[in-house]
Amino acid sequence: MKIALFATCIVDAMYPEVAQATVTILRRLGHEVIFPEGQTCCGQMHINSGKFAQAEPVIAAHARAFSSTEWDAAVAPSASCVASLGHQQPMVARRMGNEALATEAADIAGRTYELSQFLTDVLGITDAATDLGSYFPHRVTYHPSCHGMRLLRLGDRQSDLLRSVEGIDYVELPLADACCGFGGTFSVKNSEVSSAMLADKIRTVQSTGAEVCTGGDASCLLHMGGGISRFQRTGNFEGTPDVTAVHVKQTSGRVGADDTTDGLTAVVGADDDDHRVPGEQGTRPQEPSLQQSGLRVGQSTVHQARILASTKEDPLRVQSEGATVSGGSLR
Amino acid sequence: MTFLGMPLLRSTRHDDQEIPGGQGNIVEDESFAKVSHQHLSNQQLRNNIGHATATIRDKRSEVVAELDDWEALREAGSRAKNQVMENLPEYLAQFEKNFTAAGGVIHWARDADEANAIVTELVEANAPVLESGRREVIKVKSMATQEIGLNEHLETQDIDAFETDLAELIVQLGDDKPSHILVPAIHRNRDEIRDIFMEKMPDAGELTNEPAVLAEAARRHLRHKFLTTKVAISGANFGIADTGTLGVVESEGNGRMCLTLPETLITVMGIEKLLPGFDDLEVFLQLLPRSSTGERMNPYTSFWTGTTPGDGPQNVHLVLLDNGRTRALADEHGRSALNCIRCSACMNVCPVYERTGGHAYGSTYPGPIGAILSPLMTGVEAEENGSLPYASSLCGACYDVCPVKINIPEILVHLRGEDVEANHSPVSSQLDTALTGASWMMSDGKRMAAAESGLPIAHAVAGDKQINSLPGIAGAWTSSRDIPALPEKSFRQLWAENEARAEGEDDER
Repeated sequence: MKIALFATCIVDAMYPEVAQATVTILRRLGHEVIFPEGQTCCGQMHINSGKFAQAEPVIAAHARAFSSTEWDAAVAPSASCVASLGHQQPMVARRMGNEALATEAADIAGRTYELSQFLTDVLGITDAATDLGSYFPHRVTYHPSCHGMRLLRLGDRQSDLLRSVEGIDYVELPLADACCGFGGTFSVKNSEVSSAMLADKIRTVQSTGAEVCTGGDASCLLHMGGGISRFQRTGNFEGTPDVTAVHVKQTSGRVGADDTTDGLTAVVGADDDDHRVPGEQGTRPQEPSLQQSGLRVGQSTVHQARILASTKEDPLRVQSEGATVSGGSLR
Repeated sequence: MTFLGMPLLRSTRHDDQEIPGGQGNIVEDESFAKVSHQHLSNQQLRNNIGHATATIRDKRSEVVAELDDWEALREAGSRAKNQVMENLPEYLAQFEKNFTAAGGVIHWARDADEANAIVTELVEANAPVLESGRREVIKVKSMATQEIGLNEHLETQDIDAFETDLAELIVQLGDDKPSHILVPAIHRNRDEIRDIFMEKMPDAGELTNEPAVLAEAARRHLRHKFLTTKVAISGANFGIADTGTLGVVESEGNGRMCLTLPETLITVMGIEKLLPGFDDLEVFLQLLPRSSTGERMNPYTSFWTGTTPGDGPQNVHLVLLDNGRTRALADEHGRSALNCIRCSACMNVCPVYERTGGHAYGSTYPGPIGAILSPLMTGVEAEENGSLPYASSLCGACYDVCPVKINIPEILVHLRGEDVEANHSPVSSQLDTALTGASWMMSDGKRMAAAESGLPIAHAVAGDKQINSLPGIAGAWTSSRDIPALPEKSFRQLWAENEARAEGEDDER
């Protein structure tokens, strides 16, 4: 199959290795990959900021790039950007009175897939170890992106692929379906609320004791990695008068033991014990320490395309193996 | 026939800008980002709300999962409401005819001021002046009367309104505002409620924080009012057009007391609450309790059709309230927000509401539905209501649980567009400038490639160091998040280099 790669702006400019991993996976399966040159961005940043007039030429650039060459399917390592192509581009083009662009955008969106969607629904891949040679012997937790869950309805496609990677120690993320707080310009316009959501998301990631948190959207992972890095650097969640909605509690196991994460659990809100001891601003729980999370090194985020591309011959290295982590992202 | 408050959808005036917006408690006076700040720092609030929404969320999921046809029910509810909105003028006329024929009196109110004035007049005509020199009314929990600020208005007219719903009573006694449409005192815990009761109920005596003890104290406090007060004020969950019937669903039975014991019953209902016929209740009486309290069925369901000799109130009035609903109806991209049946499922799943609480939204309608409903009713120009559509990460959890399938994220984005158009500030913010630049760059792959060609230089300057702090608007990002070091080359550059190399190899062959 001739596959057009839609790299997405954030992967193109910030995480080229994610696009490379996507190409690697598709070529490994015997497909030809092309990169339509004029591509830039899905336009979501402008659309979600209400700037429809500014979004229109961005949508037009995408349509131009992907209609100028022949291909069988387009694939992007992002659920959010793929969702925007179908759910937003035609709507915005129509509102700008550009019916022709709306039709063209809808046609391209109909043939564009998120990576895991393409691998499972189109190519019928069910076992990453067997079909892709994926190998990643590390403890991994997984954050499903809101747009993957609720706009593309990816269900278990991403997590099933991850579970089938050889050697992986897959740990469920508590309260996984909670938003990480990114939300595009929401993270800047309502920075404090966004940071509070981020802090609670990081608390749950810490409670898993996973060395790596993965997912299918680089934007969420950039945000979460940034929060993880900040906490590890300063010992605090910052940018918000942070008090927590999520309490990571010790439910069993020994405190201070080497690996007590099996005894940690994350819950929303206070339970009755907390209710009975209201302080001036209520009771505030202890932050889980790195030691409590059973980790000697820090945590980082990485896109799942890179885990799927990792093989025994050419493995993706993690921080404890000397890999570079920058801003919480695994390089 | 009086047609004040009649929707203008079919009229020639199609520009929603010309339709008057609503007033009352649906206006945010400070931007959401500012107001949310003080609420974010309250750990007690966060504990209470987190605990309560998590509990109710789980209950809802359980009872919704019991029904195989839940999605079909949502679809039916959505269609029924859409159909009502498309034909609202006809349904309102039909309702008025039937309600009047059954012995009720209809009053049309264009806005909050008119509604408050109508209710005041009715109370003055029907409730006796007590020894204190004031009049008294009892109230059934009602969002419409919260929206118009009825209690506060009545107080200025020497009328005391007593809330009889337990949670509304807690809010009223605590001189507080509701923070949730179903559980108005969700921000309070048992200890706080005990303190309020002991301070404000002179006969209550020493109380514990046990729910049963607190409920009993409220029961004793209210019983006397039910038996002696002549006028009750309610809202309504449904108005049935082909019979002229009104309906209230509730959990405590206090509503039933108010609806049956007094001599005069005044109901305030938004014009969008109509359903064509009783058959439609089959769908809504399944959707509403499961979505709101997580119950299969609510404990009390009361319907009344005008007056019945010898049974219940003999003087029955209905105030049909517009207050910006016609404005919302005229917005083709936003009108489905009027489908809302006030179940509150959206706020129970909202990660923003969970952290800020309801007061941050500055409106009777908080959470995701409030972030669209308030600006739709007032227009985004009203005070800071233009900031509400941005109070969301667009995670979509609200749309998934909405029993009448209101696509809240899509309407939020639509209203952001309205805000950009209406409130375009002459002084462009840094974010606006950045987005304008990004639009220019991203409208052409070559421009984006040119911008990315600066990466090697940027990388050479900054090296492998991650970015921990940035000035200006970008500082809002680095307030809580580090940024990875920039890559040496963009994917676009790497791809071009690889292509060139591959072509070179091909040529050599």
